[in-house]
Amino acid sequence: MSVLNLSAVELRDALARGDVSSEQATRAYLDAITARDETLGSYTEVLTERAIEQARFADARRGGGEAPQALAGLPLAIKDNLCTEYGRTTCASRMLADFRAPYTATSVRKLEQAGAVILGKTNMDEFAMGSSTEHSAVRPTRNPWDPDRVPGGSSGGSAAAVAGRLCAGALGSDTGGSIRQPAAFCGVVGMKPTYGRISRYGLVAFGSSLDQIGPLTVDVRDCALLLGALSGHDPLDSTSLDRPVPDYLAAVDRPIDKLRIGLPREFYSDALDPEIASALQHAAELYTAQGAEVVDVSLPHSRIDVDDQGNLSSYAVACYYIVCMAEASSNLARYDGVHYGHRTSRDVDDIIDLYSRSRAEGFGDEVKRRILLGTYALSSGYYDAYYNKALKVRRLIKSDFDAAFQRCDVLLCPTAPTTAFRLGEKVADPLTMYLQDIYTISLNLSGLPGLVVPTGTSTAGLPIGMQLIGPVLSEETLLRAGRMYEVASGVSRLVPPGLEFKVRG
Amino acid sequence: MPDTIDADLVRRIARLSRIELTDAEVHTFARQFPAILDSFEKLQELDTDTIEPMAHAIELHDVFADDVPHESLTPDAALANAPERDGDFFKVPKVIGDSQ
Repeated sequence: MSVLNLSAVELRDALARGDVSSEQATRAYLDAITARDETLGSYTEVLTERAIEQARFADARRGGGEAPQALAGLPLAIKDNLCTEYGRTTCASRMLADFRAPYTATSVRKLEQAGAVILGKTNMDEFAMGSSTEHSAVRPTRNPWDPDRVPGGSSGGSAAAVAGRLCAGALGSDTGGSIRQPAAFCGVVGMKPTYGRISRYGLVAFGSSLDQIGPLTVDVRDCALLLGALSGHDPLDSTSLDRPVPDYLAAVDRPIDKLRIGLPREFYSDALDPEIASALQHAAELYTAQGAEVVDVSLPHSRIDVDDQGNLSSYAVACYYIVCMAEASSNLARYDGVHYGHRTSRDVDDIIDLYSRSRAEGFGDEVKRRILLGTYALSSGYYDAYYNKALKVRRLIKSDFDAAFQRCDVLLCPTAPTTAFRLGEKVADPLTMYLQDIYTISLNLSGLPGLVVPTGTSTAGLPIGMQLIGPVLSEETLLRAGRMYEVASGVSRLVPPGLEFKVRG
Repeated sequence: MPDTIDADLVRRIARLSRIELTDAEVHTFARQFPAILDSFEKLQELDTDTIEPMAHAIELHDVFADDVPHESLTPDAALANAPERDGDFFKVPKVIGDSQ
């Protein structure tokens, strides 16, 4: 039996029983990374020695008869925008190529306090800006289902590492869909929790009112396991919520009686790939067969319009990009070539030159594009027309969700308009790339939790993921509903082609 | 409403953003920005006169920390990533005269 065949929950139990040691499991993942990540490109840095040391420590602790920890000895990966006192924290940017953080993110600290082993840092779109991981300054990540296709983004490294069985689970971050869209593209489970459920302390800031950390795993139970370890109030993040953390793992196998599932009619339009629409319809039928009631709901301000030429547009996309670019331009002002990060080696005439050249050399195209547009949207004379207008529309978008949740418990939605696209297909056209986010961004604007669960593969053999959205702090409901789907459909733990013999062997 | 996006405007935004752009970048952005800004115009279709702006989805007010001393980064840790330092200070090139 290969440990790569186990889910995180199963591996944790096998470790607790002593069937396998953490050092064996960790080495199995490290060997798999050595063998396969050169092609996949899911890691920016592998922390081999430290991981083995952590694994030995976990084994010694278990041997010493101490009380078992929630994640004892479990080898995980973390997105490279989470600060760690060890290794580098690069955000896949030249700006931070040599940055060594002076502290560790609370989310990572919590994993380690629960006994986890950190295998390494995962690849991403630079500063989490992108939907394909092609905007990584290190290298693009490839989709384990088809190396000519993107894994999605920005947490593409984490999703590819989980799907490719190069870790037992991973952390990503989601500002507009950056956990959920890659989860759908790679056939894994991914959750963006409620804004504030998990501390953002030590997450390199992009859009501070939107950013949230969350887990990517092979199945829903694993998601429940990691979410439980990550959640809770943190005095170091004043936006983290001081609310009790349920035992998600204990609850996840309990089906929900008389679940009310809302289908937002605006999301089931011509903009959606018919194969994805039919997968979602099948999911709705499976829920109905288990006693759920399906209701038609409306999210008018998240509507997707298609014009005569087939061009998409959406209030939510416009609102989201104004807000996130404005926040990005402000957050990324800190990269000045003085305090940390890249400094130009060219001669400069004055301090403005030093800033402008350091930033020109340190940032890639997409980051520059967003800083420029965000600066424009916040500049004198345009603030009301763009930023302030977007904040008002943001309230309208959230009010739509409030109204929908009067009539249902969860919304069943698409995650992305298509399955994984080809490398190079959209990278030259930023607006087309932004429209990848039409089904995911409304929820970041509204602070709501969302869970993506694979529903199988398309006729082309690419994964499809459904998205369940719930009210604030409804993570337990989402996990239970997601698990109901896994059980009823028999679809769980999709394995990319070519990995079957290694994993199932 | 918005200006016509041309190379000069892109250069002006770049100056405000403290990012030096090459001519090639200026022209790429001047070509890409109109479609993106045009997509933002869609919001003008909505009447929002009576709607309050919402900067945060989860509204938390007056979050206070206890006013007790605690450890913070040592000067060495805070300066460890500085491109250049001088003792306990970040060092920048000599600046002569007025900046813009």
